[in-house]
Amino acid sequence: MIITRKHLRTMTAAVAGVAALGMAATAQAKVEGDTIILGAAISLTGKYATNGVHAQKGYDFAVDKINETGGVTVDGKSYKLKVVYYDDESTPARGAELAERLINQDGVKFMLGPYSSGLTKAIAPVTEKYKIPMVEAEGASRSLFTQGYKYMFAVLSTSEQYLASAIELAAEVAEKQGKKASDVTIAMAFENDPFSLDVRAGVVDDAEKFGMKIVVDDKLPRDLSDMTSTLTKVKALKPDLLVISGHSKGAATAARQIQELKIDVPMVAMTHCEAADITAKFGAGPTEGILCPTQWSETLAYKDDLMGTAAQYNSDFQKAYPEYSTVPYQTAMASMAVQVWADAFERANSFDTELLRDALADTEMQTFAGSVKFSEAGNNIAKPMVLRQIQDGEYLVVAPTKWAAAELRYPRQPEY
Amino acid sequence: MIDNLLLLTQVPILGVDLVIQGLFIGAIFALVAYGLALVWGVMNVKNLAQGDMVILGGYISYQATLWGYHPIVALPVAIVVMFMLGWLIYAVIIRRVVDRDMFTSLLATFGLSLLIQQILNLIYGPEVKVADAGFGDFELGTFIVIQNVRLYSLLMAAALALAIVIFMKKSRMGQAIRATAQDARAARVLGIDTDQVYAFTYALNAAICGAAGVLVAMIWVIQPYYGIVYSIRAFIIVTAAGLGNLPGVILTGFGLGVWENVAGFVFGAEFAVAAVVLMLVAVLMYRLVQLYRVRQVVR
Repeated sequence: MIITRKHLRTMTAAVAGVAALGMAATAQAKVEGDTIILGAAISLTGKYATNGVHAQKGYDFAVDKINETGGVTVDGKSYKLKVVYYDDESTPARGAELAERLINQDGVKFMLGPYSSGLTKAIAPVTEKYKIPMVEAEGASRSLFTQGYKYMFAVLSTSEQYLASAIELAAEVAEKQGKKASDVTIAMAFENDPFSLDVRAGVVDDAEKFGMKIVVDDKLPRDLSDMTSTLTKVKALKPDLLVISGHSKGAATAARQIQELKIDVPMVAMTHCEAADITAKFGAGPTEGILCPTQWSETLAYKDDLMGTAAQYNSDFQKAYPEYSTVPYQTAMASMAVQVWADAFERANSFDTELLRDALADTEMQTFAGSVKFSEAGNNIAKPMVLRQIQDGEYLVVAPTKWAAAELRYPRQPEY
Repeated sequence: MIDNLLLLTQVPILGVDLVIQGLFIGAIFALVAYGLALVWGVMNVKNLAQGDMVILGGYISYQATLWGYHPIVALPVAIVVMFMLGWLIYAVIIRRVVDRDMFTSLLATFGLSLLIQQILNLIYGPEVKVADAGFGDFELGTFIVIQNVRLYSLLMAAALALAIVIFMKKSRMGQAIRATAQDARAARVLGIDTDQVYAFTYALNAAICGAAGVLVAMIWVIQPYYGIVYSIRAFIIVTAAGLGNLPGVILTGFGLGVWENVAGFVFGAEFAVAAVVLMLVAVLMYRLVQLYRVRQVVR
């Protein structure tokens, strides 16, 4: 086709028209009438879909709850909340693209985070660039909080805290038995990926603090399907504590092979036991006594005015979504993020993103899922990690001892 | 590393354990690699979907447990279903790329690999699954625990491999496959329906993968995206053994399993894969040296 001047003129006009429309949308879309629009790119398909959907339901549940109880009051007027979602297909590039789209085309000024650290890492530079505040609930990697981000706030505990509590527990137990904490020996098996290495860094820091000796330090390659060589070493060296982190695959493989090789270590802690559902896969006997960290548990004594206690949140959520037999922590964290936003709107008493950012930075609140107080870096420093132990097939909170629902069973007595 | 070597000399039984467990791992790898070598050698198609077919077989046994059957029941079912599926895939996709250049077949099988992953993800979700056989175990001495399911898998893998080798040597179709591998045009001239041979070869490979997948689900874990583990191992084994060396593929499979396990123990798990790839490099260099020597003699 030959482009004539006339063509060019029509094209220019069309482009200008589209641009004008886009700008008009931008000017209005952050608050439409009496509705505040929040935006989120979240994994609804792809490999993070399960947890992405958990997070989405958590957002939706909190939004509904807030809207039912009168919404959010800003400048004397009551507003409802609404979330615009896009599916990032579990790919970081798509997540970043959708964040641009939410901000530039849909005019969203208030963001909720995606699922997983990887996606959060992809989206945070975008929200930062446009100075759009984001409250995220599903990205725990500590590398997220070393970038100097000013507009990102995370309600969950960071990943280096995941298994650090197990080290403290081991020290506690050793002292109770009249031994020194520094006598404790540790075997570690961590997948060679950013998340698990963060978890490992937390464990190493705490082990150093107590002067414990690390006797096995294996980094499992991502495509490893067998842990025999690591576990053979563990079997020969008989450490006091075995810590494992390798997502669901690592948890399932470890649980299976600990049973197969009849590993006899008095204390075993691993991440993702629940995601991998090891009790259902391998039964209560072989998994007895395994410690599993979690961001949240419905048996904790936390509460707030909107959701009530953790137990109440649990039962209300199950009423709203009967397909859930247990409420995953991803859901609780997501609900907590929406509560943080609502609180910030009311305290800022404005829709100005800068005022809102400052209000978020000053957050100091109690929720059903734990306290919130952000550090300079944007991570929540008021909420500890919870450690649960599998006891007769049930997950019971055993640490921190302050909120523990059950006594720690030590040493673990599995039936292989 | 020194610590680990010391440990190995202090407790030599550990070494025996590592080798035995390595053989179990190697048996599955050998099976998968055997199928790959077949397709690669006969059709010159580098099947990037190899691992995904294994995982597909794994899900067949997982599905069997969902329906209340023992996962081992799925073994013959997986072989039959995957054979038919392999034939279908050949007819729809592979037939069109078999005579094209390498990249076309790489792209086609890569696409197939993505397709299998996404379909499995849609049906079963991204969570890790297992099929528990519950065969129990027995102890060898005081330290070594042998899982019966691994032992059975080793025996089954050996039986399957033996059956395939006999089939290739004795049966009419086996001979046709070997003839086609040697020279497809000559085979056609002599009245062999090479299209039929290709279809059968690809279907046979899919069936082997399916069988391996059933064993994988009973021994390790499956997830829609774990196929790559088996694809990579299979490619390494076939490359190291050399094309057209089918017994070599099986031996290399076992060797790789043992080496990976021992290296994982000595150098730490993070270097297990590196050790395997280093072995491949060493083998290739050795071959290159051999090749030069032969050439020099000829000159």
